[in-house]
Amino acid sequence: MNTLDWMLWGVFPYVAVVVMVTAIVWRARYDRFGWTTHSSQFRESRLLRIGSPLFHYGMLFVILGHLVGLVIPASWTGAAGLSEHAYHLMAVVTGTLAGACAVAGLGILVYRRLTVPAVRRSTLGSDHLMYTLLIAAMLAGLTATVLVQIAGVGGEDYNYREGISVWFRSLFVLRPEVALMAAAPMAFKVHILLGFGLLLLAPFTRLMHVVALPVQYLFRPYVVYRSRRTPAGQPRRQLSGRNR
Amino acid sequence: MAPRKARTGRRVMAQVAMVMNLDKCIGCHTCSVTCKQVWSNREGTEYVWFNNVETRPGQGYPRTYEDQERWKGGWERTRQGRLRLRSGSRAGRLGKLFANPDLPGVEDYYEPWTYEYKQLLDAPAGDDMPTARPVSQLTGEPMDTITWGPNWDDDLGGASEHGDKDPVIAKLRRELGTKVRFEFEQSFMFYLPRICEHCLNPACVAACPSGAMYKREEDGIVLVGQDQCRGWRMCVSSCPYKKVYFNHATGKAEKCTFCYPRIEAGQPTVCSETCVGRMRYLGVMLYDPDKVLAAASVADDRDLYPAQLDVFLDPHDPDVVRDAEASGIAPDWIEAARNSPVRKLICEYQVALPLHPEYRTMPMVWYIPPLSPVVDALAGTGFDGEDAGNLFGAIESLRIPVEYLAELLTAGDTVAVDSVLRRLAAMRSYMRGVNLRDERDADIAGEVGLTAGQMEAMFRLLAIAKYEDRYVVPSAARADAQRLEDTYIGPGEGAPAGCEGAPGDTSDPVSDGRGAKVNLLNWDANGRPDGLFPPRTPGRVSGGAV
Ligand code: HEM
Ligand code: SF4
Ligand code: SF4
Repeated sequence: MNTLDWMLWGVFPYVAVVVMVTAIVWRARYDRFGWTTHSSQFRESRLLRIGSPLFHYGMLFVILGHLVGLVIPASWTGAAGLSEHAYHLMAVVTGTLAGACAVAGLGILVYRRLTVPAVRRSTLGSDHLMYTLLIAAMLAGLTATVLVQIAGVGGEDYNYREGISVWFRSLFVLRPEVALMAAAPMAFKVHILLGFGLLLLAPFTRLMHVVALPVQYLFRPYVVYRSRRTPAGQPRRQLSGRNR
Repeated sequence: MAPRKARTGRRVMAQVAMVMNLDKCIGCHTCSVTCKQVWSNREGTEYVWFNNVETRPGQGYPRTYEDQERWKGGWERTRQGRLRLRSGSRAGRLGKLFANPDLPGVEDYYEPWTYEYKQLLDAPAGDDMPTARPVSQLTGEPMDTITWGPNWDDDLGGASEHGDKDPVIAKLRRELGTKVRFEFEQSFMFYLPRICEHCLNPACVAACPSGAMYKREEDGIVLVGQDQCRGWRMCVSSCPYKKVYFNHATGKAEKCTFCYPRIEAGQPTVCSETCVGRMRYLGVMLYDPDKVLAAASVADDRDLYPAQLDVFLDPHDPDVVRDAEASGIAPDWIEAARNSPVRKLICEYQVALPLHPEYRTMPMVWYIPPLSPVVDALAGTGFDGEDAGNLFGAIESLRIPVEYLAELLTAGDTVAVDSVLRRLAAMRSYMRGVNLRDERDADIAGEVGLTAGQMEAMFRLLAIAKYEDRYVVPSAARADAQRLEDTYIGPGEGAPAGCEGAPGDTSDPVSDGRGAKVNLLNWDANGRPDGLFPPRTPGRVSGGAV
């Protein structure tokens, strides 16, 4: 365990999360006009209608899987009567399925971005960075799963639920168990660094749209009335993005 | 003191609405162009026309937008009698956020283009004339062939080939087995200018997951909150009139604003102001917001037009006035509702009809159907096109234009369209009698259920169409000031003498009636309150717009 390990597994995760949260709050207050999905469906619909749901539904399952795997301790699932082997099998099967959907969907989306002229022209500067990180993080995650978890290459019998997951939870109590990460297989290390990098940059890219998930839609009346006078306490627009 | 009548507790709301007189539209597109210059000449809105004028029969803009089987716009009535957006349930719509299956694409509008004008100036000297190639504004690439535009089928252009793609024509053919002919001498044609309907039951607002779209309480204008819009693009597909557009540069929805900054200042919208045919009318409608949902849910599509008429309130009814005042509607708005040309055309003369009431959004831009296809056909046969008897007969026999108009304006109810066309025909003959023979034939008026006085008033409104008769728009500032007066309690004890004379003590909202003092807060920059300006030099007459 050296300084680099400390920086990577003891400091960087906090930096990433603090930057992410600060940036989300800042944008939600001061750059409300720039906060959008930047949908490109107007420009191209056929590929998007296959790629986007495939990617998003896959991705949402993958995220759910990550949360379950990282947050729920092995002892709890054990106590619930789920053997380690059964859990592993379930995680690998559903995870691989969801991951495959996400990767296939992303493949279609990226192909679309690169080959459809109208879509390519609308690609934002931040998209390049976001797509690079996203693809790299997904490839690293896939490599880790296939190499380590399925083929057992590199770290014989490595069980992330006793290493990475414990480290992840230790982050929340502000006592990161850096040693656990230092001992993890390389593929996982890369995947986690890229993951936190993505979190850090997300609010600066179109990924900001994830924070806008409109659940309140299910509960409000259909027709919204608003008074002409700006309601008190509503922040006025400060930055105007590409408002030309 | 007389006992006060019990409050009915009815809420009243006001809306600035529009009526367009289709007989007077000459299809010049001035409204479209001026609106575009003001509102949508930016990057991201090249393809956007808040106001467009389409030739009917025709596919419209975007192409075939009226085909709701395909686009799933507007509301539908469930078997239990409830209203549901045609695009599905709320949860269903959230599930379709990732890709909206009903969204029109650029190919359904048209690919916006410009020309390489610079070439004309920069080309080196040579034997050949330099050309300006068309360039796509979406991709920046040259376009070999331009295949569609915002108004490609103008004046029935290409109708012999494309005419049957008009969803209304297709429906007529399906249901009546009629074949509409597009040969030159056998077709009919009129122009239909369209803007956002600023609906009472707006599907776009209901579909917006973020709650960014809203209907303004004060004047009913439907707007997109640019700071709240997150680009989920559900409003675009849910509007059955396809009058919300996606700005592909900002990633946000935009739509006709009813020129709210002008309306607030008491001025007509840009499209109305610049209409050379003088075919647009603007005015206030009072309505009961708690009756909207029931009216939009009636079982039979053909009852939607009468049901919407029922939602409107009569500003001459003292009960309505009392409830309107209790609901915070300013006195000059109530006064404007009494003088509203829109109310007269919709409620009193009943010559204006809603566009596609069957979408169940309760639209608020209404149309006076054109009589000209009938008159033209009649004149073509050598008969006198202005004789009431001939015209009535022609309305009876010219089924195709009438059926078509009915599909457009009354969910297929030809009786309602007949009634409007007969009124317009009666007005023509009646006024011809007045002009040629100086005779006022009350029988003609009576035959269509109007009085001779109404005939002439309607003629003044429709044919003379003075500026101040067409646009009766109360300003918002005045309403705000009047609202402030309502909260005025009077000077407190010991207040200086200058606090006496609360604003609103007199009928003139600006001058205090004593000549010298003027309350500038209430002045709307119109008129000459006493004491504000030096007296006019006699003999000088100020010019005014006609
Ligand atoms: C939480 C729910 C989410 C919703 C409702 C949502 C919705 C959307 C929508 C509407 C678009 C625009 C699609 C279009 O062009 O029309 C989009 C694009 C995109 N989303 Fe999401 N998203 C969600 C979560 C996520 C997550 C978790 C990620 C990745 C980590 C993600 C990554 C992307 C990417 C990369 C695009 C761009 C696709 C492209 O045009 O190339 N989204 N999303
Ligand atoms: S016509 Fe206007 S108010 Fe009505 S649904 Fe469409 S955009 Fe909304
Ligand atoms: S009301 Fe204004 S924004 Fe709407 S169509 Fe007319 S000019 Fe355009």
